[in-house]
Amino acid sequence: MITLNINGQAMRVDAAPDTPLLWVLRDTLQMTGTKFGCGMALCGACTVHLDGQPIRSCSTPVSAAKGKKITTIEGVGHDRVGQAVQQAWQQLDVVQCGYCQSGQIMSAVALLHSNRNPSDADIDNAMGGNVCRCGTYVRIRAAIHEAAKLLA
Amino acid sequence: MSTPPPPAHDHVGLPYAHDSARLHVTGRARYTDDLPELPGTLHAALGCAEVAHGRLSALDLDTVRQLPGVRAVLTAADLCHGTSCGPIEPDDPILCAGEVSFFGQPLFAVAADSVEIARRAVRLAWAEYETQPAHLDIASARAAADYVLPPVEMQRGDAAAALQQAPHRLQGQLSVGGQEHFYLEGQVSYAVPRDDGGLQLYCSTQHPSEMQQLVAEALGLPAHAVTVECRRIGGGFGGKETQSAQWACLAALLAQRTGRPVKLRLDRDVDIAVTGKRHDFAYDYDAGFDDSGRLHGLELTLAARCGHSADLSGPVNDRALFHVDNAYYLDAVTLHNLRLRTHTVSNTAFRGFGGPQGMFAIESVLDDIARTLQCDPLVVRRANFYGAAPRDTTHYGMTVADNVLPELVDQLERDSHYPERRHAIAAFNAASPVLKRGLALTPVKFGIAFTATHYNQAGALAHVYLDGSVLVSHGGIEMGQGLHIKVQQVVAEELGLPLERVRIGATDTAKVPNTSASAASSSADLNGQAARQAAGAIRTRLAALFAVLYGCHAATVEFKGGQVCSGEHRLDFSELVTLAYRRRLPLWEAGFYRTPKIHYDADTRQGRPFYYFAYGAAVSEVAVDTLSGATRLLAVDILHDVGRSLNPAIDRGQIEGGFVQGMGWLTSEELCWQPDGRLATHAPSTYKIPTAYDVPEHFTVTLFDNANIEEGLHHSKAVGEPPLMLALSVFFAIRDALGYCAAPGQRVPLAAPATPQAVLDALDAIGYRPGA
Repeated sequence: MITLNINGQAMRVDAAPDTPLLWVLRDTLQMTGTKFGCGMALCGACTVHLDGQPIRSCSTPVSAAKGKKITTIEGVGHDRVGQAVQQAWQQLDVVQCGYCQSGQIMSAVALLHSNRNPSDADIDNAMGGNVCRCGTYVRIRAAIHEAAKLLA
Repeated sequence: MSTPPPPAHDHVGLPYAHDSARLHVTGRARYTDDLPELPGTLHAALGCAEVAHGRLSALDLDTVRQLPGVRAVLTAADLCHGTSCGPIEPDDPILCAGEVSFFGQPLFAVAADSVEIARRAVRLAWAEYETQPAHLDIASARAAADYVLPPVEMQRGDAAAALQQAPHRLQGQLSVGGQEHFYLEGQVSYAVPRDDGGLQLYCSTQHPSEMQQLVAEALGLPAHAVTVECRRIGGGFGGKETQSAQWACLAALLAQRTGRPVKLRLDRDVDIAVTGKRHDFAYDYDAGFDDSGRLHGLELTLAARCGHSADLSGPVNDRALFHVDNAYYLDAVTLHNLRLRTHTVSNTAFRGFGGPQGMFAIESVLDDIARTLQCDPLVVRRANFYGAAPRDTTHYGMTVADNVLPELVDQLERDSHYPERRHAIAAFNAASPVLKRGLALTPVKFGIAFTATHYNQAGALAHVYLDGSVLVSHGGIEMGQGLHIKVQQVVAEELGLPLERVRIGATDTAKVPNTSASAASSSADLNGQAARQAAGAIRTRLAALFAVLYGCHAATVEFKGGQVCSGEHRLDFSELVTLAYRRRLPLWEAGFYRTPKIHYDADTRQGRPFYYFAYGAAVSEVAVDTLSGATRLLAVDILHDVGRSLNPAIDRGQIEGGFVQGMGWLTSEELCWQPDGRLATHAPSTYKIPTAYDVPEHFTVTLFDNANIEEGLHHSKAVGEPPLMLALSVFFAIRDALGYCAAPGQRVPLAAPATPQAVLDALDAIGYRPGA
């Protein structure tokens, strides 16, 4: 058994240490807001936070999350930054199919935690690893600026 | 063009957010793979062929069956009923029956206690093949004259004579690559056996009714025993129109065999390796034109790689032929279309459905003509626009009734400062040997309707409950295009209700039967109309009751703001509903819609296949590094016609996203096959779709002020596919930049996608050495 701290709650799971964190979240804990996209840390759909840093849960072994704070899309709205991003995302109607968007939001929230007033270049650098096949990039950029305004 | 102001609406035309926006940003929106799994659920995996063409001479699955946790192994020999999942022709084997026709073709499927066991099991199989020579590309299939469907000719006038008499004549060859859909949610089906021997299928698909039909055939069941449900999909783009069927059938067959729920979710690599893609095309053209660049005659061969089976290659190629004109009047034209069989995945629908490949050809021809005449390609494009009669009829006999492109292009040229930027770029390039800039303005005219007339129908079911809330089911699939919010707006408008009183349910074959695919940009047009009909019938019935209750005329009864009124009489909508219920009046209705005016004769290839055209144009400016071949989009301005927008927030999103997806097709997305037929680019590591880096800061989208001349749905126009082709402006801006490296009058032989390698190849062909 491994004890994980997910969204501020201690959760005990029975999983082999090399199980990808994504499978523990989705299959063991039924927290399906985090998505499987490519399984190789190349698309960003599975992004969660580990101690505030965005990581790709599909290729992070659950053992690496032990003793760290995990934040997922289900818990990202617990703080002001997460709420601002969620609000901006809705105001600007960012989402199309939505499948990549929990990962996009996790990356955006991590960016705004470390940089409250990101430039377009900062945004591209932080978001470059999250692909969106619907092509919502224009709005993602605008929504991150909007969230920064809401937080100012 | 200034059109009369739209009638005042409470909902239609407002920029509401996507219906699931809140669910998406909180991670609560469920996709098929997110549904809670029932106890006993098995997981499936595929065993795939490892040759491109040959005979499967031996397949030993004993070790697969013996692996603990494996519950069922399915081969072609186990298929007792339907054996094909082809949408039109029965040439798509659910499992290979001996003749391998592409590398990666599924040979067998396994259901096991876990995903890991299933995937481990399929690797234990042992297969032997008698390998045969494979045609992997257009050239080899063409040499072998191997077709999935017979070649097609389409013509108007005497192109040969026009070519001979034209002042100038130009011949050339072109090519454009395919495209992987790369929907972020991969293919997935979850099949649950029912107690009555039937089957409930949850499937990520654009076409639930076809899944139902094909699964029923595979299982040997009547259609009424199979129900397919889908709440939303994580992207389709055409890749889940027919390509979801094989996985639906396999999950269903394994569920039937084991009596247990079975989920089949393809891994990303498998998904890319085994599903069809956008058709790549090669073209030969012969064009005759005058000093102004106006075409007098055109002969064009369009050779398409269809893959191993017909799938949707017939209608895809038809649409390519319908869009070879794009915005231009082709007076004397002969088209030859080759629908080539290759030993690769069966190419399929992809946003635009052949239209982009048709337009690519004519835009390339006009660009070549402009470079030959040493004038701005925009001048040549204008010289060829549709105009007044007789220059207002397409080569398939449809009148371009509302040709707004000349005006639209004028407006975009002005607003984007095209002439000033053209001069600035020329000056920049004159002083910059390595970095070159380029500019292009390209138009789009895209026909709206399924070209198979009978698909242009839709149904909807509206339930009004006693509290006055309304549940609407329709045949369309929500795949990010904002279909559900648009239908919700239309129904709320019809019944005069606050938006939240109307809910759109999951798409379900048990609610609305025999639906068409969510495709051809037509989902809102068709399903919105059907839902409007259903709501309208309920409204009429309630208005009649109100008139009886208050002794007024039914025509004076208004539905607005959740109330129903006439003169001083007023009732809450829910009160009127309750009164109707007590009078035993039905409070639900089915709506049905068929698109009017369309017809097409497939023998003469003449008719009006489209209800109307959607228009747009884009100006792109790029920079090209002539040392590395790297390109960058610097700025884009788009002016697009969505008629009277049902929802400008949604429509603008479709325009932005379609453009980005089209840009990927034409610049960075390259499919490469190894000599043995294996797809080399089967993962995001090797297949590059656009990212945040590729989208410029300057990205403007303006909606063209234009009501649909057809009534359509509140005079709106479809928006799903047309914007993809706006990205042609990016490709031709790169060509333009390379034009500054070429000698006067020299053409730019740039292949699409314009990868750095393709750019360097074009520079080599031109003979440009930066700094030399």
